[in-house]
Formats: sequence, C-alpha cells, structure tokens
Amino acid sequence: MGRKLDPTNKVKRGPGRKARKQKGAETEVAKFLVDEEREPKRLSSRGRRRALKRAKVSPKPKETVEKHTEKGFTDENSKWLKPAKRKRSLDDTGDDSDTQWEEVEEEESGQEAGDAFDEAEQSDDDDDKEMVDDYGAMDDSEEEEDGSDGEELLPIERAAKKQKKLEEAMEQESDEEREESGSEGEDEDDTVQANIDEMDRFKLPGAEEREKEEAMPIDLQSIHQRIKDNVDVLSDFADKREEGKGRAEYLSLLKKDLCTYYSYNWFLIEKLLDIFPLSELVDFLEANEIQRPVTIRTNTLKTRRRDLAQALINRGVNLDPIGKWSKVGLVIFDSSVPIGATPEYLAGHYMLQGASSFLPVMALSPQEGESVLDMSCAPGGKTTYMAQLMRNTGIIVANDANADRLKSVMGNLHRLGVTNTIICNYDGRQFPKVMGGFDRVLLDAPCSGTGVISKDPAVKTSKDEADIQRSAHLQKELILSAIDSLNADSPSGGYLVYCTCSITVEENEWVVDYALKKRNVKLVPTGLDFGKEGFTRFKERRFHPSLRLSRRFYPHSHNMDGFFVAKLKKFSNTIPVKPVNKTAEADDEPIGTETPAPSNETARKSATKTKAKKQPISKPDTETKKETNESPAKGMWEKPTRVLKKKRKVEGTTQPKTVAVEGNAAKREGVGEKKKGSKFEKKDEQKRKRLMKKNNRMGKNKFRKLQRV
Amino acid sequence: MLNIHYILDPAYRMCRHTIASCFRLASSVFGTHVCLVSAAVEQLKPLFCIILYIINMRPLTDDETKIMFEKLSKYIGENIKLLVDRPDGTYCFRLHKDRVFYISEKILKLATNISRDKLVSAGTCFGKFTKTQKFRLHITALDFLAPYAKFKVWVKPGAEQSFLYGNHILKSGLGRITENTEQYQGVVVYSMADVPLGFGVAAKSTQVCRHVDPMSIVVFHQADIGEYIRCEDTLT
Repeated sequence: MGRKLDPTNKVKRGPGRKARKQKGAETEVAKFLVDEEREPKRLSSRGRRRALKRAKVSPKPKETVEKHTEKGFTDENSKWLKPAKRKRSLDDTGDDSDTQWEEVEEEESGQEAGDAFDEAEQSDDDDDKEMVDDYGAMDDSEEEEDGSDGEELLPIERAAKKQKKLEEAMEQESDEEREESGSEGEDEDDTVQANIDEMDRFKLPGAEEREKEEAMPIDLQSIHQRIKDNVDVLSDFADKREEGKGRAEYLSLLKKDLCTYYSYNWFLIEKLLDIFPLSELVDFLEANEIQRPVTIRTNTLKTRRRDLAQALINRGVNLDPIGKWSKVGLVIFDSSVPIGATPEYLAGHYMLQGASSFLPVMALSPQEGESVLDMSCAPGGKTTYMAQLMRNTGIIVANDANADRLKSVMGNLHRLGVTNTIICNYDGRQFPKVMGGFDRVLLDAPCSGTGVISKDPAVKTSKDEADIQRSAHLQKELILSAIDSLNADSPSGGYLVYCTCSITVEENEWVVDYALKKRNVKLVPTGLDFGKEGFTRFKERRFHPSLRLSRRFYPHSHNMDGFFVAKLKKFSNTIPVKPVNKTAEADDEPIGTETPAPSNETARKSATKTKAKKQPISKPDTETKKETNESPAKGMWEKPTRVLKKKRKVEGTTQPKTVAVEGNAAKREGVGEKKKGSKFEKKDEQKRKRLMKKNNRMGKNKFRKLQRV
Repeated sequence: MLNIHYILDPAYRMCRHTIASCFRLASSVFGTHVCLVSAAVEQLKPLFCIILYIINMRPLTDDETKIMFEKLSKYIGENIKLLVDRPDGTYCFRLHKDRVFYISEKILKLATNISRDKLVSAGTCFGKFTKTQKFRLHITALDFLAPYAKFKVWVKPGAEQSFLYGNHILKSGLGRITENTEQYQGVVVYSMADVPLGFGVAAKSTQVCRHVDPMSIVVFHQADIGEYIRCEDTLT
C-alpha cells in the first residue's frame, strides 16, 4: 500500500459488515454516478505507467480474458458469469450497484488505480459476510429480494459472480487502455507494442522442440501458458493458426498438456473433450482442483432452518442459505468447530450433504403416504431427505448392495429420527422380484464418478473405457429393474428418478435412452429450473429428443458436483415385447448384444410374476402386450446404432468382463450363440418365440431358459 | 408359525451360555418339547452345538416382552402404553437378529417380503437382547424415550461435550434435575436448549444432589448421541 497509509488509523471503507443498505440507495447513487460511469475512467499517470509495465511482463492474460468473454453459459447470467480464479487485472468501473458503492469510496480515499483490485476483493469479502450476518433476521420475503437476478445459483457463486462482473469491467478498462496506449503510448515505449504482437502468435512447437522438452524437467508454468495460448488459437482457428499446421496437431498438443498439467489420463481427457467445448473444458478442469463448498441440509423432522442456523452461528459457524432453489440447505463457509460433530449434528438436526444430492430428491418429490424405493441409498442422505419430504409417513425401502455401507445408513436414519424405513441389503438388480409396486423409485446408480473428481482425484487416472462400459452396463440393468419395481397405475406416482454423479454420456443419456426403448416410460420435466439440458445428440449417437428434459450439473457452472438427473414416468405396467423382435432386425441389436440382461430380464420377470405373490400390487399381465413408445423416432435411431454396433464389436474385448459382472456364465453362452447366428435365423427364432408366447407364456420362458443352458 | 431348525455342526462352537439362552428362548416358545431335545444335546455337548434359526422377524415372547418393558418403564414409566396404543395406527415390537424393532404394522407387512439375511432394519431399533437374555437399550430409542420421559436431567453447555464423549455427569455439569428423582432411577439427559442427548441412571436422588460436592457423579452414563459417531458399527 501507499506510504501515507497508516494501518492504525485506517478508516473503514464500504458499507460495513452489518450495515443494511437503504432501499433504493443504489439507484440514488447511480443517478449521481451516471456521468462518471459512462466515460472510461482515466488512470493516473503513475497508474498508466504501471499498467504498461504489467503489460510488458505478461501480455498473455489479456488474451485469455478476451477468450472468456466468448464462452457461453446457459444461464441468464451468461453476460457476466465467469470463473472466479483470475482476479488480477487493472481497475473496476463496475456498473452494478455494489461496485458503485466501492467506486465512490475509492475515489474518496484517493487510492491509486493499481491497488484497486485489492480493494475490490476486500469489499467483496465484506459483502459475503454481510449476507451471512443478515441471515438470522432474514425471512423468506427478504431472501426473495436479495439476489433476485441470480437466485438459482449458490450464494457462494454470487460472490464469484461479483468477481466476474469486476473482471469484465476490468477487461473493458484494459481494452480502452490498450487503445490509449496505442495512440499516445507509442512514443513512450514502442517495444511494448512489438512485444504484444509477437506474443499474440502462438507457435506450435516442432517435434525436436518437444523432444528437448521431454528431456528437461516439466515446467508447469510454461505448460499452463501454452494451454491458454493453444485454447485461444483453437477458438479462432482460421485467424490465429500457424500456416500449414492442422487442428489435429494443436489438439493433440493441448491434450498432452492438459494431461500433464492436471494429471489426468489420456482417455478421460478425450472423453471430457467430447463433452465440453474447449474453453469450458479448462474451466471444468480448474473447478475440479478446488473443493466444493460444504453444504448441510436441515432436518425438518426435528427443527427449522432458521433455528438451526441460529444455533450454528452461536457455535461460531459462518453460514448462508444455499440459494433460492432450496428451503432447507445451508452453505458453510468456515467453522470453528467440526461441522460433523456438533451436538446439533448428533441430535439429528442436520445432515452433511452435497448440494447436488438435493436435486434428485427434489426432482422425485415424494408425497406423503407413498411407498418409495431408494435403490442405492448409502449413506442415507437422499433417503432422509425423502423421509422429511414425506413427513415420516408412507414407506421407504432403502436398499444398498454393500452391507458395510448400510451401517452408516442405519446410523443416519436413526439419528435423523426417520421411522418409516426398511433397510435391506439386496443387489438392486434383484429388486422387482423382492418387492414391486412402488409409487416412486430413486435410482442413484453406481458410476465412474467423473463428476466428483474434486472429491476423489483418483478418478483422474484410474478410469478407462472398460470401467465406463462396465458401470454403464450395470446402470442399464439397474434402471430396468427400477422401472419394473414401479407401479404405473399409482394415482400419485409411477415416477423414477435416475441420477449419477458422473458426467459421461455413456452413463447418463445413453442409459436413459436405452430405458426409453426397453420399457413403457417417458421422460418428464425434472422440476429443477436450473442446470443444463441433457444431450440429445452426442458425436455419432442420436438420443430421443425428450432427453433434453433431463438435467446436467457441472462444477464450474453451478459450483456443485457434476451430476445428472432425469425423471421418468412409467405409463404402462406391461413390458413391451417389440424390442425383443427388434434385436433381430438389428435396430436394437448393438445394445442387445452389449447387455444381454434385458431380454433375460423380461423372461425372468414374467417367470417370477406368475409366482410372485409377494408383490403388494399385482401388475396386469403381459397378455395385452403392445408396443408404444418405440415408433416415433425409430428412423432416427436406426443409423447411428448401426455404427455403434460395429464399434462395439471392435471393443469386443470388454465384452466378457461386462457379462461377468452379472456373474452368469450361462447367459454369456447364450449371447455368444446369438451373436454367431445370422440375422435371418434370429428373425425366425424370434417369430417362433412370439408364437409360443401367444399360446403360453410359461412355455416361452421354459423354452428360452432351455436355450440358454 | 415359527420354524426352528436345529443344525448340529461340530465345527461350530458356541459358548455355553449361548446354548443355554437358546434353550430358554426355545422352551418358552415350545414348552416341554424342547426340554427333550435339550437333554439329548446335553449329552452330545462336547461335539455338537445348536443354532436357532428363525424365519423372518418374530414377535417377542412373553418373557422377552416382560424384560424389555421392565427396562423401558425405568425411563418412561406407564407411558409405555402410549407406545403400544397409538392413534395413528398399530405399532408393534419385533425381534430380528437379537434386535428389537418398533414398527408400524403397515411397514411390518412390507418387511416380511424381505428375507431374513437381507433385512438390516425396519422402523426404529430400540435395543438388543444380550446373550444372557438381558435387554439393552440403544441410543436409537432416544426418539421415543425423550418425549415420554418421566425424569429428566439437564446438563450445562460446558458439560455437554463431556457427556457426548461417554462420561458420567458430574455435579458441576448438572443444570437441572426433575424433583423427586430417586436413586438409580432411569433418566433422560437433555441439553439446556432441550435437545435430548442421551439417557442414564441417577446416581443420587435429587435431595442428595443438592448437597453433594461438585466433582461427584450424579448421573451414570448409559447411552448418548455421540455413539452415532463413536460406535456406528455396533448400532445395527
């Protein structure tokens, strides 16, 4: 800071932590400031010189900043919503009310422009704390007022947002400054100009250069710089490319750099590159390096959010409501006590739970008195949320395949005072046999965990194609058995929510698309008003158009773990048989070969149905079979899946593994046979089966069973 | 009805009192019939052990009910009947793997679908029967003890932590205590903010508590909500 600044009698700037802003004060101030704001702020001479010096030292960041303006966000905040990490820049001429406050103060204090970003940061902090302290007195109406613009975001993001606003302002400033220096700064220092020009051009290192580099120890700094430059070039390839170098060369260098800098394996980087546009990819990778905020959920069975917040504030916890979209969530900024061991925690007043875990339950919205199945419940966060939405009425069946993890479920359910739950330890795939006829089912499928890399960095290197395929296969089996456990005739329900903490398309859209083909289900809106739409087309795959009703959440754009949520409604209890025929016509074949389960599933299912008297609500029999949801987009699917088929055959090595997961050797044999047989043979076979089915369902089952043995 | 399988397995050795308790349980169900078997096993004891295998959750036997209700009544007195006769549906106690669960009839019906070895819990776990046929209340029962508790103890905020770590309550940490608490009366422990923290047994009567020195124990610790973290594994 400046020489004259005496820290002992430093006057507090800004509205102060606990100050409440007068209503309408912002607009008042805006009137005063209007003129100053419109025209670009002139820097002091020293400030200008410093800016030049900065430009000389690192002319690059400017470019990357520019790049970030082009990047799109789906939210309405896209205008100024940008990653929070790059703070360093020149000055702010913010146009929103908060920055205006700061602006006034700065000018008064005569602070030099170069130091302004410190200032901005500081006042940002102030703002955060102000929100926190306000909390206790805050009621719902007030909540609505504050942050009316970006309510669907986490409050912690509001801070980031502000930062971004600042950044944008700074960027404008720097543009203007450049113009300035273009006109008047030339005589001062023309080497700067030349320098910038030179650095703007990013040169692709040649083969020998790379070899040289490999011999040297890795310089992360330069790699980071190179990633930025590379992304910059790729985003405007026509203009910025080097003559004679192709996009592939740039991309391969970029991938290599990303692998080294963020320490991912090649496979995962390629996967992510398919999902995100380049600029977003870097943000995503950056976001995976930082932890998500700690969030808790109030247990409304035992307390209210306001009481809980007060009790925690008294224990020295710094918290804030999670956002407009949740009435029960709180974000913990920092805490002087361990948040997982306070007496309130032990008394079951809240549950430690990631923000993203709220979403599937909110999408499911279980009603009082319903019977709900949570297929993979551990450690019980979502289960307890369901119980509190149902006010401890109805029945929840909490299932998990892992007996050890059920201990924590047991603890959490009892701690939170949930009494309407049955905890059991089945494999989810067996479920419709055990119990069926649920009003709602939540399937939080086991996944590769590519959305929670910040929690578990091991994912970066440990996953490969086989892992993704394996979990996708398991998920397909689970989603079918989840659908089969549903009761479509339930007056209030018949809904399935499918979610994963993975962001790969194979484990999400593809699985849902598969379920759409195999069962009488349709996608319905999730009821979540934020998040990005699911993919309907991905590379060579085309999914059902309704998949845009599913929602994706990313760490860099929503500040929560990467997540996928889809809500399905079952509209008929019959299991369509047409898909089985389709396998013969090579339409559904790729998926059929890849997951032999479903066809067996139908067989098993119908076999069990006859003897399953345990099912509380008996399903209408499969006699009235009809094929309904296949027809509309059949033509659309046909081609891409065929491509897939080829691909799958190439990847045949993974095949035995995925089947082995199911642990049924007989099935594998069956699949092998199926594969060998020609299309026409199969068609005949299917016809025969269908005939048999018409006459006697049991007979058909026996037949198929025999075949498989 | 109940199915009891006697599995004679030389490799499986159970300690003696387990066998004894099995027999006590079995004889209370089947009466004299089991005594014959027990006599036979008595002869073969060095070689054979017996495992009682009971399909599904079963209702408590009369003995078990008596033992458990005696224990419960130490804390909530005659309020037990409020647990059994509830306006919002029939609730009952069921035994599963030595644990006693308190479940509504509706949930129980659904729970019968689940095979014995796959069922972990249903409703609320109240506690477990030890191998010596004593009933031990678990902290999970606190939700049902606290609202009906007859005798209560409040601990000061400073002593909260100590109690939650499994220590007895000293006079210095005692905030309030119900009048007329007898010695060795079961009490439910609350924080000063009326959050139930656990339960225990009064070490001294209210009268004596008044005059006792600050470092002496006034409530013996039995269970506290800290156990949700400390002994998560043993809750099930």
